[in-house]
Amino acid sequence: MNDLTPPAGGGCRTAPVLKERGQREVFCGLTGIIWLHRKMQDAFFLVVGSRTCAHLLQSAAGVMIFAEPRFGTAILEETDLAGMADAHTELDREVARLLARRPDIRQLFLVGSCPSEVIKIDLARAAERLSQVHAPHVRVLNYSGSGIETTFTQGEDACLASMVPVLKDTTARELLLVGALPDVVEDQMLSLLNEMGIDNIRLLPARRIDDTTAIGANTVFALTQPFLGDTHAALERRGARHLAAPFPFGDEGTTAWLRAIATEFGVSDEVFERVTAAPRARARKAIAQAAEVLSGKSVFFFPDSQLEIPLARFLTRECGMTAVEVGSPYIHDALHGPDLDLLPAGPQISEGQDVDLQIDRARAARPDLTVCGLGLANPLEAEGLTTKWAIELVFTPVHFYEQAGDLAGLFSRPVRRKSLLQMDMGA
Amino acid sequence: MKLTVWTYEGPTHVGAMRVATCMKGLHYVLHAPQGDTYADLLFTMIERRNHRPPVTYTTFQARDLGSDTATLFKTACQDAVDRFEPEAIIVGASCTAELIQDDPAGLAETMGLDIPVIPLELPSYSRKENYGADETLYQIVRTLAAPQDRTAHVTCNILGPTALGFRARDDIEELTGLLFDLGISVNVVAPFGATPSDIAQLPAAHFNVLLAPETGEAAARWLEKNHAQPYTKIVPIGVGATRDFIAEVAAITGLPCQPDESRLRMPWWSRSVDSTYLTGKRVFIFGDGTHVAAHARIARDEMGFEVVGIGCYNREMARPIRALAKDYGVDALITDDYLEVEAAIEALSPEMILGTQMERHIGKRLGIPCAVISAPVHVQDFPARYSPQVGFEGANVIFDTLIHPLVMGLEEHLLTMFRDDFEFHDAAGPSHHGGHSPLPNDGALGGDISEPTKTETGSDVLVWLADAEKELKKIPFFVRGKARRNTETFAAEKGLAEISLETLYEAKAHYAR
Repeated sequence: MNDLTPPAGGGCRTAPVLKERGQREVFCGLTGIIWLHRKMQDAFFLVVGSRTCAHLLQSAAGVMIFAEPRFGTAILEETDLAGMADAHTELDREVARLLARRPDIRQLFLVGSCPSEVIKIDLARAAERLSQVHAPHVRVLNYSGSGIETTFTQGEDACLASMVPVLKDTTARELLLVGALPDVVEDQMLSLLNEMGIDNIRLLPARRIDDTTAIGANTVFALTQPFLGDTHAALERRGARHLAAPFPFGDEGTTAWLRAIATEFGVSDEVFERVTAAPRARARKAIAQAAEVLSGKSVFFFPDSQLEIPLARFLTRECGMTAVEVGSPYIHDALHGPDLDLLPAGPQISEGQDVDLQIDRARAARPDLTVCGLGLANPLEAEGLTTKWAIELVFTPVHFYEQAGDLAGLFSRPVRRKSLLQMDMGA
Repeated sequence: MKLTVWTYEGPTHVGAMRVATCMKGLHYVLHAPQGDTYADLLFTMIERRNHRPPVTYTTFQARDLGSDTATLFKTACQDAVDRFEPEAIIVGASCTAELIQDDPAGLAETMGLDIPVIPLELPSYSRKENYGADETLYQIVRTLAAPQDRTAHVTCNILGPTALGFRARDDIEELTGLLFDLGISVNVVAPFGATPSDIAQLPAAHFNVLLAPETGEAAARWLEKNHAQPYTKIVPIGVGATRDFIAEVAAITGLPCQPDESRLRMPWWSRSVDSTYLTGKRVFIFGDGTHVAAHARIARDEMGFEVVGIGCYNREMARPIRALAKDYGVDALITDDYLEVEAAIEALSPEMILGTQMERHIGKRLGIPCAVISAPVHVQDFPARYSPQVGFEGANVIFDTLIHPLVMGLEEHLLTMFRDDFEFHDAAGPSHHGGHSPLPNDGALGGDISEPTKTETGSDVLVWLADAEKELKKIPFFVRGKARRNTETFAAEKGLAEISLETLYEAKAHYAR
C-alpha cells in the first residue's frame, strides 16, 4: 500500500502566500444554482436580483435546459427601487404564483444578489414569513449568492450552510458527508463506505427534503468539496466534528480521504485493502494513460473554484506535472491544509486576484497548461498558451477512484489536441 | 418585480460592452461587483473572440461598501489607462454600482486624463441590452465626431453592427461589396472595427447606411440632425428589400446605382418546382424587430409561406411591428417573456418557426422545425463560413437557412404515404438531419390504445375514442397539434362528448382551406 508520504523537499502549507486584490475574473456565487438545482430535485432557487443575475445564470448554464428549470430571477424594477412598491409584498406575490404553478417544489431558496444586498432587502425575514405561509408543504430558506460576498463555489457553501440550522437533532453516531456530488459519484462513494461496514451515513445536501439528515455531538463529518468553509463552521457550531483529509481526487486523494473515515470508524487495514484494492488499481491504470501526456509539463492555475490546491496536488504527485502557480480565491487552512502538506514545495501559492498582473506572470512563465475561466481561455490560446476551462472541473464527475482517469483526461486532452493539430493559425 | 427564467436581452452594460468589444483603441471602465466579469465569456466563447473584451471591472466587494468604492473606481480607471493606453475611455456603472451612486462620470472627470472620457448613463432597472448598445454608440459619436468637409467621392458610413450581432461580420463585408458595385465606398463602419479616431471621421461621409437600427439608430439620427447626413431606412435583408435599398441609395446620392445581380440565385431557387412544397407553409416569426420585419416580407413574398404570427422582444420596435402585423392580418406579440412566446406558438401550431435560439428550443419541445434568424446569439450563430444575411448573397443564404429544417419535397409525400414505416415514421424528422431518429411509439405501429385519452377543454371533457386517436397519430407530427385542436373545437361547438373517427374527418372538412 502506498503511504501518503509528504514530499521530500517539504510541502506548501507554510509557503508564503501571495495575496492580491484587484480585478477578479470569476463568477459570483449565483452560479452554484446551475448544479444545485439539479442535485436537489424538489428545490427551487429564486434569485432576488437584477437582469444581470438572470443573464449570468443563462450564460453560465451554457446551454439552456428548456424543460422549465427549477430556478428563476425575480427581477427588481424601478418601482421596487423607488419604494413605490413594497418589495416584500411583491416577493410574496411572485412566490405564491410560483408555488401554485409548481406543486412539486418542497423547498424554496430565496437567493440574495448584489442589488438585493445593497438595497438591504431582508430575505431572512421574508423566508421566515413565507415558511409560515407555505408550511408544511414548502420550507423556505435564504442565503446570499451575491458577488459582493461570494466567489463562484462559495454559493454552494452559503446554500449548504443555510440548511445546517434547520437540520434535526440526533445523538446517534453518524457520518455526515457534505457537498453536492453527481448522483453517480455519490453512489460510488456510499458503496465504498458501505463495503467497509460504515452505513450510518447521511448526506448534505440530500436529494429530496424528505430524506432525513440530522446532526449532533456524535456526528462526524467529511467534506467532499474544498470550498465549504462556512458550512464547516456551521456544522462545528452544531457540535459535529470534522475529519480533516486531502480531498478525494485521484488515487491518493481518494485513498487518504477514505482512510481518514475508516480510521475514525475502526475499519481494519485488511478490510480497507480488500474494498479499495480493485478500484485503486483501475484508477492508477486510467491515470497512467493521461500521465504519459502530462508528465514533465508545467501547469498554472488561475483562481476559480477553490479546487485548485487539491487538483495541483493530484497533477504534481500522480501525473508528474510541475506547478508554477496555484491560485485560489480563498485558502482555509482547516480545509486545504492536508492537501498543501502533500503538494511539493516550489509553486507560488496565491490567494485572491489582480487578473492583469496574474496574466503578466502567466505570460512570463509560459506554462504548458493554464487552468483558467472561460473569459480568459480563448484569449490565452490565441497567445499560444494551452488552456483548460476551470468550470468543467466543477460540472463534470471527477471525484473518487472511478473518475480519476476522467479527471486526468480533462487536463491531458487540451495538451494532446495541441500536439495533434498540424496547421498554422494563418493571418 | 417580475419572475424571469430566460431573457432575450442582457442588461444595459452588456450592450455597452458589445460596442466596446468590437471597437479598437477604446476601453470601458465599469464600476461593478465581483462576478459581473461573466459577461466576458459571451465574447470569448460564443463569438470565439481571441482577445479579452477591453473592460476593466472595479470588482468591489461587500467590505468595500462601507469604506471607499469611489477610490477603488479611480484606481481601476487610472490602472486601465496606464496599462492599455486607449485613445478614449467610456465609463459607467453596472446595476449594483448604479445603486451605490458613486458617479463614475464625475469621478473620471476629476482625474485629469488627457484622453476623451465618455460618461454613460444606462438605467439598469428600466432598460435593456439593445438600448445600452444604441445609447453607448450615440454617446461615443456625439463626443468624438468632428465637423469636417465631405469626401470628394460619394462615401457612406455603415452604422450599427456590434459584437454579438447576428452575422454582423459577414453583413459588413457583403454590404461593403454591394455599395462598391454601386460606386460608393465606405468611409467608416461603426462601431464594428472602428477606433475612436475613425469615429471622429464619420461626418466626412455623404450619408449613413443604418444596418442595425436596434444598436445604431440614435447615432444615425444625431448625425442626420447635426451633420446633415441622411440615413437609409431600409435594411437590405431579402431580395425585395435589397432592391428597395438600392433604390433608396440612388435617391439619396443621385447615382444611377445599377446592381450586379449575377450571383443572386434565390428567386430561381424559390420558383423552381422543387420549392412548390413550400407553398402556404404556416410560419411564426419572432426575434428583434428588424429581422422580424425583413423575414415577414421574405416569408410571404419570396418564399410563398403563410405568415400566421409575428412579434418582437424589443419594445423599442413595438410600433413598427404592430403596424406590420396589421398589414399581414395577424396579431403582433410584443413581449420579452419566452413563456408567452411559447404559448402563442403552441396555440398557432405553425409548421415552422423563424426565431431566435429561444424559439429553437421551444420548437424542439413542440416538435416544430425552427430556423434561427435573429439575436440573441449562440455559438452556432458564428459559423466559420461566409454567411451574410444582407444583400444578394444574404438572400441566397437565407433561402438555404429556411429550407434546411424542413422535410423536403417528395419526402413529405412519402411520409404521408407510408406512415407506419418503421424507419420512416413521421417522428424521425427530416432525413438529411441524421442521428436523432427516435423509435415510433406503439400507437404509430398500430398497437392497441386501450385507454381513451381525456382532454379537458374549458368545462367540457372530451373523450377521444381509440380509433380516432389512432388516426390522429397517422397525421404528420407537424400538423397534428393543429388537427387535434381543430377537432376538439369542432366537437365542442357541436356539443359532442366523444370524438370518433367520423368527428375527426368532419372537422377536417369543416376547416379545409
